[in-house]
Amino acid sequence: MSEIYQLSLSELVDKIKSKEISCEDAAKSYIDRASKSKKLNCYIVDTFENALSKAKEQDQNFNDKQKLFGAPIAVKDLFCTKGIQTSASSKMLEGFKPEYESTVTSKLWEHGANLLGKLNCDEYAMGSSNETSYFGNVINPYRNDKDLVPGGSSGGSASAVAANLTVATVGTDTGGSIRQPASFTGIVGLKPTYGRCSRWGVVAFASSLDQAGPMSKTVKDSALMLEVISGHDEKDSTSAKKETEPFSQKLTSNIKGLKIGIPKEYKVEGMPKQITDLWNKGIEISKSLGCEIKEISLPHTKYALPTYYIIAPAEASSNLARYDGVRYGFRAEGKDLIEMYENTRAMGFGDEVKRRILIGTYVLSSGYYDAYYLKAQRVRRLIKNDFDEAFKDVDTILTPTAPSSAFAIGQNVDDPISMYLNDVFTVPTNLAGLPAISIPAGYDEKNLPLGLQLIGKSFDEQTILNNAYAIEQNINFKSQVKDWWI
Amino acid sequence: MAITKDTVKKISKLSRIASNDQFEENMIKDLNSILKFVEQLNEVKIDSIEPLASTVDQEIIKREDAVKKMNDKNQILSNSPTDNKDFYVVPKVIE
Amino acid sequence: MSDKQFDYYLKGEKGDYEVVIGLEVHAQVLSEAKLFSSSSTKFGSEPNSQVSLVDAAMPGMLPVINKFCIEQAVKTGLGLNAKINNLSKFDRKNYFYADLPQGYQISQFKYPIVGEGKVILDMPYGTKQVGIERLHLEQDAGKSMHDQDPQHSFVDLNRSGIALMEIVSKPDLRSPSEVGEYIKKLRSIMRYLNTCDGNMEQGSLRADVNVSVRIKGSKELGTRCEIKNVNSIKFMQQAIEYEARRQIELIEEGKVVDQETRLFDTKKQETRSMRSKEDAHDYRYFPDPDLLPLNLEDKYIESLKKDLPELPDEKKQRLISQFNLSNYEASVIISDQAVSSYYEEVAKVSDYKLAATWLMGDLFAMLNKEGKEITESPVSAKNLAKMINLIKDGTISGKIAKTVFEEMIKNDEDPSKIVEDKGLKQTSDPKEIENVIDKVITANQDKVEQYRSGKDKLFGFFVGQVMKEMKGKGNPQMINNILKDKLK
Repeated sequence: MSEIYQLSLSELVDKIKSKEISCEDAAKSYIDRASKSKKLNCYIVDTFENALSKAKEQDQNFNDKQKLFGAPIAVKDLFCTKGIQTSASSKMLEGFKPEYESTVTSKLWEHGANLLGKLNCDEYAMGSSNETSYFGNVINPYRNDKDLVPGGSSGGSASAVAANLTVATVGTDTGGSIRQPASFTGIVGLKPTYGRCSRWGVVAFASSLDQAGPMSKTVKDSALMLEVISGHDEKDSTSAKKETEPFSQKLTSNIKGLKIGIPKEYKVEGMPKQITDLWNKGIEISKSLGCEIKEISLPHTKYALPTYYIIAPAEASSNLARYDGVRYGFRAEGKDLIEMYENTRAMGFGDEVKRRILIGTYVLSSGYYDAYYLKAQRVRRLIKNDFDEAFKDVDTILTPTAPSSAFAIGQNVDDPISMYLNDVFTVPTNLAGLPAISIPAGYDEKNLPLGLQLIGKSFDEQTILNNAYAIEQNINFKSQVKDWWI
Repeated sequence: MAITKDTVKKISKLSRIASNDQFEENMIKDLNSILKFVEQLNEVKIDSIEPLASTVDQEIIKREDAVKKMNDKNQILSNSPTDNKDFYVVPKVIE
Repeated sequence: MSDKQFDYYLKGEKGDYEVVIGLEVHAQVLSEAKLFSSSSTKFGSEPNSQVSLVDAAMPGMLPVINKFCIEQAVKTGLGLNAKINNLSKFDRKNYFYADLPQGYQISQFKYPIVGEGKVILDMPYGTKQVGIERLHLEQDAGKSMHDQDPQHSFVDLNRSGIALMEIVSKPDLRSPSEVGEYIKKLRSIMRYLNTCDGNMEQGSLRADVNVSVRIKGSKELGTRCEIKNVNSIKFMQQAIEYEARRQIELIEEGKVVDQETRLFDTKKQETRSMRSKEDAHDYRYFPDPDLLPLNLEDKYIESLKKDLPELPDEKKQRLISQFNLSNYEASVIISDQAVSSYYEEVAKVSDYKLAATWLMGDLFAMLNKEGKEITESPVSAKNLAKMINLIKDGTISGKIAKTVFEEMIKNDEDPSKIVEDKGLKQTSDPKEIENVIDKVITANQDKVEQYRSGKDKLFGFFVGQVMKEMKGKGNPQMINNILKDKLK
């Protein structure tokens, strides 16, 4: 008999709807566990009291039409939640309580989910290890003698799901920030097609790359979450004019005949053997499921990271200009306006954020725009064209999610480039705006989880969900998290 | 195109981030290594390639010219770091 | 055709200098809501009461464009005889200021909505064509107040996000009066089109003025200085005069004119340098990733073109060629939208030529005297038209009409009623007139003799006497004819 907090989202909602479990018990189960797990530092702020009252109310007002009825869900602290601190894990927004709710989280509550709290992440979503948060590091529930990073930027989210401190969550992915931490913590993470989910009310990092997406225990859970959070939003000019689809209802593990591409450029030098093995395992499983495996070429793959590290900081440098201490957030002293700005932003932002703002400002500045930003946008088109070409012959693309398993906290902080290399497999899909999902597929020699990534065609989340579901059913990955922190 | 202390001072000023010697020293190192990393893009032939600004392939979304009173003054000023009930207040600009 | 010549040249020791001026006019778009948010654009509201989350640049907020503002910009472009671009894009102009909440202004840099066009001015020395470089849409900033408190500035974001059309002229202007006419022309076109109310006191129209000087005849352009944010024609003209002389003085002293941004001090009537920041010009323009490109189909542009009201220049041509108005009369009438509407209302039910005469003569004189705008005219267009028709059909003479007009000023009474009540109908009975003429001739035999022996000017005396006898109600035409006859 499993504990309530061990159930998947779909299982939990089913049992709540069949009245096997009450909303209150569901909430209590997670609240109890989360309260004992502060060591992992997943939560920046919790709303346990509110969640409990809401759960009790829900028990009085049964509603089986809501797809997430009674589900206790915490969200990445990048989503604006009305009346509740939204800090983007930064000193700049510490104490900021928005008067509005993001579109994505509104949809969660409309479907009966219950807010547990806000989850830690890298500051302003900039990072791959959750080590840049103003509120401290997040610790991966998987251990290997040392404290390990959960990945980033949605590190708190990934950790919380893996440690059963929330039944599921929403994160954001700009260069891999949902998928890479999902891979590091052995959970499922989906980045939808750019434009699938609204960006309204999500603290912006890089506007042409940011996308909200589910992080969950199973593929089916992610499909259900996606069903709830997608859909056109007229308040977001980049929101695709597409309504949501019944992703979880159309989920099937029958992928016979599916053509899966294996990009040769993803076989990077020095990749750990376990990862190559896992990738091969994925290929074999796919074949056994009746899929056709094709080698494909994405020739501009190696230029994706440098392209990303021009475009993302450039957009971020402009998006973060509004954090100036004038209308909200942190304000430092200054004898005049300029000094106030300079002190506020020097003290309010952490080092990684400042680094990216400076690089972003530099590549947009007079004399450098053509050489850097414009060039990067051209290479971006080439990268997208590579995928468009490849998808003429295949339906999905299978790759590893990350070039390593979780590393120790503090290992890479001095070297930005080695940190950036974590995103080598995930960044190309952000640049091309395509959907991609990471599923836990195995363990390395240190018993740390490794993920496989499936990339799909534009707006074809259903196919990668099905593909992922089929592999997931076959691999039957089991969590090896031991509650060492409780 | 190497970044010098002057460059860091200049872009810090442009981005309104106060800098000091320590900060500038650190940034010179980091920014130069990032720039070196992105220099790889020079290998790519991009002669007649159109820049890609967005992956969304649709018409710009437009709205009707209708006033929607969504927020009142108190709501808007409620997050302000100062107490003034009518205006945002900032240290004086020296013109 | 006037034979006046253009003569605005400033004298220096090295010779005569020509002043070269280009204007960047910022015109607030007439719309209910702002460019990228749904807040109201109403002027004069309580501070920060028309500010939405998007206007305040709260975290996670996004812009969505107002389709009517696009229409207004296209219409204005058509009014400027300009090319409407099928593809335009929005860019971010990045800089920091307290009244710029986002830390950037959404504008159009590389691909504006409207391209090249032209505007024709009527100057005393002939027509002058001023080229338009482009027109683009951008957000207005909020307002900062610096003189409320010694240590602090106060920011009101009501204006932040209102749509502006920036109209950039080519550097074709050559004098303060050309600048005045240009602004008036732009204002008139936009008022006709109802795309901007051109109200400079309220800030809906203001300009940055670029001034440079060069020796007359030279083809090279001098270094220009930009005088920012001038909000009246008078100030623009004063600023140009001061700035041109300042630059000439520098050149004559052998010094270099620095390219810089200046402000016009309205009290001292001089321009002074803004605190120059070398970074002030690095706006790091890049395409706004929150917005997609704007595609305008030819069909859309054509449909707007078809529905445009008659523009001032077209109307002027029509008044001159169809109704025989003089160039001067036509220019005055079209110069103001309200005047033009009033005129049209009168003219189309009475007589175009007479309507022009009455409008520009008695009506304007009266409005001037009473300090009223034509929209506040005590005499309605309807009644003025009726009065003109009474002249046309011979019921009253032009002279009597003046009396009727004076009466109408009091109460805007129907002129037929005034004529009736005051018995002002002119007498057109030849017998009656003949009688009076006979009487006058008999009483002034000496003068008749003088007239007959060559003193033609005395004719007016006789007319005057007849009129006096008839208490001004004699039909002048008839009096003239019969008198001529009788005095032969």
